[in-house]
Amino acid sequence: MENSSHHIVPYRVYLIILAILILMTGISVAVTQIDLGVITIAVALLLATVKSAFVLIYFMHLKFDNRMFSIMAVGVFLMIGVVIFVTFLDYLFR
Amino acid sequence: MEVHRDDEGSKIGMWLFLFTEMVLFSGLFIVYSVYRYLNREAFHQAAAHLDVALGTINTIILLASSATIAMSISAIQYQKKKQALALLTATVVLGLVFLVNKYFEWGEKIGHGIYPGSETLASYGHGDVLFFGLYYFMTGLHALHIVIGLVFIGFVIWYIAKDRITHDNFSVHENSGLYWHLVDLIWIFLFPLFYLIT
Repeated sequence: MENSSHHIVPYRVYLIILAILILMTGISVAVTQIDLGVITIAVALLLATVKSAFVLIYFMHLKFDNRMFSIMAVGVFLMIGVVIFVTFLDYLFR
Repeated sequence: MEVHRDDEGSKIGMWLFLFTEMVLFSGLFIVYSVYRYLNREAFHQAAAHLDVALGTINTIILLASSATIAMSISAIQYQKKKQALALLTATVVLGLVFLVNKYFEWGEKIGHGIYPGSETLASYGHGDVLFFGLYYFMTGLHALHIVIGLVFIGFVIWYIAKDRITHDNFSVHENSGLYWHLVDLIWIFLFPLFYLIT
């Protein structure tokens, strides 16, 4: 397989992503100081999901690597999502 | 003589391993969510004990360390060995600072008698025992990953210094980066679940 064709990501891209991630951390801390019950939990988890997407896509190079890696990663997350969904179906409706 | 190498193959291997790690931690997150659902009031009270400021600082430290290791991989491709070494050293320092913060955080809790098996904790009730049991196990398992990641990065620094990792042969370096980002990824979920949602 190919060993040498690699996309070099400029430092600037990583610094911009870092700034976005820190900003989102700040927002999630601020939002959770206001207690809105379920909405607070939903916002905190939604922000965590978006942050992890940034880490996967840019820091872990999914955007620049073979598409196969993205497909596998999405597959694993879907599987985890299904397990969480089924577990809560059980607990919420037993 | 050209030695056979398969960088794409080694990256696939690393990703497959990372998937097993994701599934491992997802299982723990599900355990946490279910117990939280069953012991809502106790988890609400217990989570308020955690220091949000310290958790936020540690989150920013880990995010920054992820950026520095990612930049070091660009540096090695630009053939800037010194910059790559400096960025990796920064990553290690940030990882160590994270562990020192964790040490003080755990130390403070243990000082107040909050640790698995303590009588003080047992007197708080079943829900608190569950919360802090999961807190120590999950942040502890995460900290173990940090330690392993630091050792891994230590090897990468050594290899770069010895020119065994170069601009056209850096898949070990790249895989250490993937592992470190996974540790960051897990923390991104641990932080809101334990510190923020009270």
